[in-house]
Amino acid sequence: MSILEVENLSISFQQYGSGLKRRTLDVMSNLSIALEAGEILAVVGSSGSGKSLLAHAILGILPDNAKTSGDIRYNGEVLTPERLQSLRGKEIALIPQSVNFLDPLMQVGKQVRQSARKGDAISRQKAVFERYQLAPHVAKMYPFQLSGGMARRTLLSTAAVSGADVIIADEPTPGLDETVMKEALENFKEFADEGRAVMLITHDIEAALTIADKIAVFYAGTVVEIAPIEDFTGNGEKLRHPYTKALWKALPKNDFIPIPGAQPHLDDLPLGCLFAPRCPLMTEACTKARPEMRDLRGGKVRCIHAT
Amino acid sequence: MMKIGRFLLFKMIRIITLVVAICFISFLLVKNSPIDPIQAYIGADMLKVSPEQRGQIAAYWGLNEPVMTQFLNWGRAVIQGDLGTSMIYRRPVIDVIGERFVNSIVLMIAAWLFSGVFGFILGVVAAMKRNTWVDRFIQWYCYTLASTPTFWVGLLMLMIFAVSLGWFPVGLGVPIGVLTEDVTILDKIRHLVLPAVTLSIVGVANVALHTREKLIDVLSSDYVLFARARGERGLTLFWRHGLRNVALPAITLQFAAFSELFGGAVLAEQVFSYPGLGQATVEAGLRGDVPLLLGLVIFSTVFVFVGNLLADMIYEFVDPRTREGRI
Ligand code: SF4
Repeated sequence: MSILEVENLSISFQQYGSGLKRRTLDVMSNLSIALEAGEILAVVGSSGSGKSLLAHAILGILPDNAKTSGDIRYNGEVLTPERLQSLRGKEIALIPQSVNFLDPLMQVGKQVRQSARKGDAISRQKAVFERYQLAPHVAKMYPFQLSGGMARRTLLSTAAVSGADVIIADEPTPGLDETVMKEALENFKEFADEGRAVMLITHDIEAALTIADKIAVFYAGTVVEIAPIEDFTGNGEKLRHPYTKALWKALPKNDFIPIPGAQPHLDDLPLGCLFAPRCPLMTEACTKARPEMRDLRGGKVRCIHAT
Repeated sequence: MMKIGRFLLFKMIRIITLVVAICFISFLLVKNSPIDPIQAYIGADMLKVSPEQRGQIAAYWGLNEPVMTQFLNWGRAVIQGDLGTSMIYRRPVIDVIGERFVNSIVLMIAAWLFSGVFGFILGVVAAMKRNTWVDRFIQWYCYTLASTPTFWVGLLMLMIFAVSLGWFPVGLGVPIGVLTEDVTILDKIRHLVLPAVTLSIVGVANVALHTREKLIDVLSSDYVLFARARGERGLTLFWRHGLRNVALPAITLQFAAFSELFGGAVLAEQVFSYPGLGQATVEAGLRGDVPLLLGLVIFSTVFVFVGNLLADMIYEFVDPRTREGRI
C-alpha cells in the first residue's frame, strides 16, 4: 500500500477581479499521485507552474482563499484537516526552497530543535548537524549569516530531525552549483534508503532522473504521466504522453528541440485535453473532454491516444 | 564595542548641533514676537510703571543689547550650567523644569506604557483575527482616534468622568486647599488618571495599526508558512515567530513616538490644568519668559532625542541582523 496517496486533487482560488466580479482560478485539476516508502517520486514541471501548491496542499497550508477537493490518504486513511494538523511536521515534513523559510530572528539551531517531534531535541539536533557536517557553532547563527550550502543543509536538518516518514522537498535545486546539487540529491537518496518516502518537486528533469524511482510530469495544474525512470531512454519511445516525449527531446543532451507554444493561462484553460493546443497528435476527440488518468505499460498517462 | 562608541560619538555631535540650532531659532522667534516681556511680566500694573523703571528692568534683563549679544551671553551661561532665572516664576529655570518634569514624567511614562502595551495587544488581536468584526472594530477605533484632537478627548473625559460622574478631580496636580505635606500618593494618582488615560487612548492608534500591519506581513511570510508546515499553529506559532518579529518594530516605534507624547502632554496638561512641563511651556510662550522657554526647548529636544536614540539603539544592537551583520 502506498504511504501517501493523492487522488483527484483540485485546487482553485477565489479572486476578486475588476469591480466586484469574483473569479475562480483553477490552479490544479484532478491530480493523482502516490508515494511509496523507500522510493523517490520526482514531480517535474516547468518553473512557475504551481508545483509548490501541491506540497502546500498535501500539508494543508494553502492560503485561506484556496478551495480544494479530492482525497489525500496517509497509510490508507483519509486525511481530514484535523488529522492532517496532527501529522504535519511529525509524519510529513517539508523541505522548503530557501533560507527565507527560516525565522530571521531565531537562531537556526533552535529552529531545528523545534522541528524535532520525537526523542530529545538537543541531542537529535546535534546528531543531524554532525551528519550534515554543520559545525556546532552554526546552531547559534541567524539565517542571514548562513552560506547557501549551510542554509540548504539546515533546511534538510529540519526534516531529518523530525523523523517524518514522508518528506516533501520543494524545488531544492535552483541556483545550486554542481557539487552542492549532487550533495543535495545524495541527501534525498539517503532519506529513501532509510525507508522514507520522498517527493521531490523540481523543474530539473535531468537532476531528477539521477536519483528518482519514478517521474510524475506536471503540466498546467495536473499530472499528465507517471513513468519509471527506465522509460526515459533513447528517443523517448517508451514514454507515454506527447508532452513527456517533447520534454525529453528538449533536453540539451538529446535533440535540444524546444516545445512550441506555451502552457495555457490559468484563467483560460482549454476545455478538453490541457495539452491539446500544443500537441502534434491532437484530434477532434481530444478537445471534447479532459482525458482521464489511465494505467498503461506499468505507468500512468492522461492521453486518449497514448499507446 | 568600537561600534557602540562610534555610534554614540556620532549621536553626541548630532544632538549638540541640533540643540544649538533649535535654541538659536527659538531665540530669534521669541525676540521677534509681538509680546513685550516687560508688559507680560508686570501685567495690569503696567500703568503704574514709569518709563524710567521700565528702562531699568530692561537693562537689568539685558534687553537693550543686540539680539546676537543676548544670545551669546545666554549661551555662555548655559554652557556653564546656568539656564538663568525664569521671569514669571522668579526662580532658577532649572528648578522650575525639574519640578515640572517630575510631574510630567509620571504622566508621560504612564501614558507611554499604557498606550504601548494596550496598542500592541490591540494590534496583535486585530491581525490574528484579521477580517473579522473584531479586526474591523479595532481598526475603526484606531482610525477614529488617530483623527481626534487630544484636547477634545481630554474635554470629553473631563465632562464624563470628572463633571458628570465625579469619579476624578476636574484638574490640577494635587487637591486644592490641602497642605503639601498632607497630599498623599493616592491624591496624586487620582489627579493623574484622567490626563494619562486621555494621552493613552490617543496614543494607542499608532502602535496598534502599525503592529497589525506588521503582524499581517509576518503571518503571510514564508517562515510562518514553514512553521505551519511543521505543525505549529495558534498561540505557539505567535509566541515563537510572531512576537519576536513584531515586538522589535513596535518598541522602536514607541520610543520614536516620544515627540508625539510630548506634544500630546502639552495639550492634555493644558486641558486638565496639570502642572507639568507642557503647561509651563504654554505659560512661558504666552508671557514671553525667554529663559524658561529656552530651557524647556533644550530639555524637550534632549528628551525627544533620547527617545529616538533608544529607538535607533534597539534597531542597531538588539536586532541580530544589524547587530551581527555589521561588526
Ligand atoms: S489527449 Fe490528444 S491532445 Fe491530449 S496529449 Fe493526447 S493526443 Fe495530445
